[in-house]
Amino acid sequence: MYRYDEFDHTFVEERVAQFREQVARRLSGELTEDEFKPLRLMNGLYLQLHAYMLRVAVPYGTLSSQQMRKLAHIARRYDKGYGHFTTRQNIQFNWPKLEEAADILAELAEVEMHAIQTSGNCIRNVTADHFAGAAADEIEDPRVTAEVIRQWSSLHPEFSFLPRKFKVAVTGASNDRAAIKVHDIGLQMVRDARGRAGFKVIVGGGLGRTPLIGETIREFLPKRYLLSYLEAILRVYNELGRRDNIYKARIKILVKEIGAKAFAEMVEKEWQFLKDWDVDLPDEEFARIQAYFAPPPFDDLPAVTASFEAQRFENRDFARWVRNNVDAHKAPGYAIVTVSLKPEGGVPGDATAAQMEAVADLAARYSFDEIRVSHEQNLVLAHVRQADLYAVWQGLIAAELASANAGLISDIISCPGLDYCNLATARSIPVAQRISRRFADIERQHDIGGLKLKISGCINACGHHHVGHIGILGVDKKGQEFYQITLGGNADENAVLGRIVGPAFSYDTVVDAVETIVDTYLGQRRNGEAFNQTLARVGFDPFKEKLYAPH
Amino acid sequence: MPLIKDSQIVEDVWTSLDDGAPLAPGVWPIVSLERWQAERETLMEAGVPIGLRLRSDQSPRAIAEELEHFGVIALAFPKFTDGRPYSSARLLRERYGFTGELRAVGHVLRDQALFLLRCGFDAFEVAPDTSPDAWRAALAKIKVRYQSAADHRSTAGRLSRKAVRPAQARTPALSLEPEPCAASWAY
Amino acid sequence: MTAQIVTANRLGDGAVIYLGRDDIWGERLGGAAVARSQDEAAALLARAEAPAHRTNVVGPYLMDVIDEATAPRPASNRENIRALGPTVRSDLGRQAEIPGRR
Repeated sequence: MYRYDEFDHTFVEERVAQFREQVARRLSGELTEDEFKPLRLMNGLYLQLHAYMLRVAVPYGTLSSQQMRKLAHIARRYDKGYGHFTTRQNIQFNWPKLEEAADILAELAEVEMHAIQTSGNCIRNVTADHFAGAAADEIEDPRVTAEVIRQWSSLHPEFSFLPRKFKVAVTGASNDRAAIKVHDIGLQMVRDARGRAGFKVIVGGGLGRTPLIGETIREFLPKRYLLSYLEAILRVYNELGRRDNIYKARIKILVKEIGAKAFAEMVEKEWQFLKDWDVDLPDEEFARIQAYFAPPPFDDLPAVTASFEAQRFENRDFARWVRNNVDAHKAPGYAIVTVSLKPEGGVPGDATAAQMEAVADLAARYSFDEIRVSHEQNLVLAHVRQADLYAVWQGLIAAELASANAGLISDIISCPGLDYCNLATARSIPVAQRISRRFADIERQHDIGGLKLKISGCINACGHHHVGHIGILGVDKKGQEFYQITLGGNADENAVLGRIVGPAFSYDTVVDAVETIVDTYLGQRRNGEAFNQTLARVGFDPFKEKLYAPH
Repeated sequence: MPLIKDSQIVEDVWTSLDDGAPLAPGVWPIVSLERWQAERETLMEAGVPIGLRLRSDQSPRAIAEELEHFGVIALAFPKFTDGRPYSSARLLRERYGFTGELRAVGHVLRDQALFLLRCGFDAFEVAPDTSPDAWRAALAKIKVRYQSAADHRSTAGRLSRKAVRPAQARTPALSLEPEPCAASWAY
Repeated sequence: MTAQIVTANRLGDGAVIYLGRDDIWGERLGGAAVARSQDEAAALLARAEAPAHRTNVVGPYLMDVIDEATAPRPASNRENIRALGPTVRSDLGRQAEIPGRR
């Protein structure tokens, strides 16, 4: 993985020193809150319902064991013993003190981490496929691209005050696990007719108040022009994006208003001026970054590991966990492990300090010292030998992290909602908890099969509800929590927005409604259809009839 | 408003004129784009250098062919969070080769100083109580930069101040080398 | 009109606080000064925004309360959760200190 050089170290250390001085100016009264707020936000420090919240960037969701242990230490020493992994592959601490914020940032800097650009109208943490470097369907490791973009976008002098925040996601594979079509820019690695690697460029996707699927504005961008092309997109957006209305300020509104074709033409025109100047990285710099992401030294193993097959045969629980939480690896004899942060009745994405340390230890021992955070709020051990899977599973059981539910109905994405968030209009975590308890029977979950359920506690859609097969949006109606349900959404390469099924449900009835939807699906399902396939075939009516039938 | 150049408070030789205000002998005016477009001939015959003021919603693309008439271009920040003038500044310096003074006016804060400088601004109209020392200190806080911008390039604006850096030093965005050009704007 | 109190977050640690009768900020909602008219509310907010508080208080605002004989209680879900702590973590926030709530 990427390691800071002297340059990067200097950068974060300068920022810590700068922020320490700014905090001191605020605490002494030299800075007013109005003056200080943008400065703390530039360092990821929000003020939420109960306390400050520090959002720490996890670039493209990759952590070393040492970094994960540091996060555990911060949770224990400066917070209340836990952290929350987010849909942007970051981690949030819910109870830090302003007085200690600079100390936390200094601790993070020791392990090459920071909280810069996790807030504000700038280019945010670049996200990537959490199976990067391990997935069998990958053209190239997308983290090389994401790291190049991370460096280019760090304190970008021209693009630090955009009309609105800006999110970029990268995938190196044709199966999209990074939800690139619902980002401001989505980049998918592709090959052209001559076999050269480059990017398909998708712009203007996003959720929130105006959910839109991104439009492809370039089918193939040669890799070497990545930054000049991004700079062209950002410049067009910076100049023309709306600044009169915060709800219309994202790039998706600009692309929608002028049309993807016209937008693409403007970008191309701008790019002609930028492409052969010195925005793009020279090949040797690209190669320098790429070298950090060289595959780890995999052993030459047979594709099938006899001991693993035997363990799977002998232990039903292990076999079930393997079936759901283990994916195929590109290297023979290896596997990708998804560590579920969705225990029955738990808070999606939360991990205690002890759990973080347990995962760090397992990664150090069994996965080349590397951990991923997925946008689905789970952790990933990307490079585990099949022969070690049983030991990893045992370790996860001990840490209460062995839920065999990856991709199933209880693997719920949920934003923090009104339990923590200042913007929320309703709670989302308790709804997720109640659903996971209702479907606690793992056999039943398996029978239902792959099903993405996503919950947001307000229209900003941090819980991605529009692209859940079942999406739940919490709203406030005269002081009461209500939940609007959408069906048929999808976040992968066939991204589509769900549609509202009908009137919202109360806090007390929303779990019953979810169960009714699932039972209706099971009743209508043919030949192993996935949820969205059944929905597409039978339409919304059978669901509406069951949900809104007079009792 | 105090004017900072090279991290010093300097005397402002220009006068920002409202659209209705008359030209006066010996006064170097900074006029709005509307006034420039309406009174171009009169202004050019006034016998004094002319400055242009652009609102953040006015692109310099509109006057790219006329830059030789302006000694200063003032780009206005209605709020510090309006980032359009950064793009305008880079266009003026890098694409159109503007070599005169590029002035940030409006809501200009020291916490933005480095971004401004890196996009090609070299003069800053700041709030009355701004100390040049604090301004200088803000610029000194962050020395590293990850990407090329207007301060990296051998734009004409830069050539007028400092020798071009060696060719191999121009491209890498990732180096810790001192930047003579940025430094000359900063101090 | 609905009774109101002033709440904010403490600058140093972000804790939820309420303006008490003696212009002292405290963590107990029960100790908050209650305004029962628009004039009283405006005066209360003005006191909260006084320069003396600016170095230790962030973002004071008026919130509606149900004015009960014993003590005021929050009128909204949001303020109830702010006052007590996350409903999903009864071990955190003020609720952890209230007997019988855990």
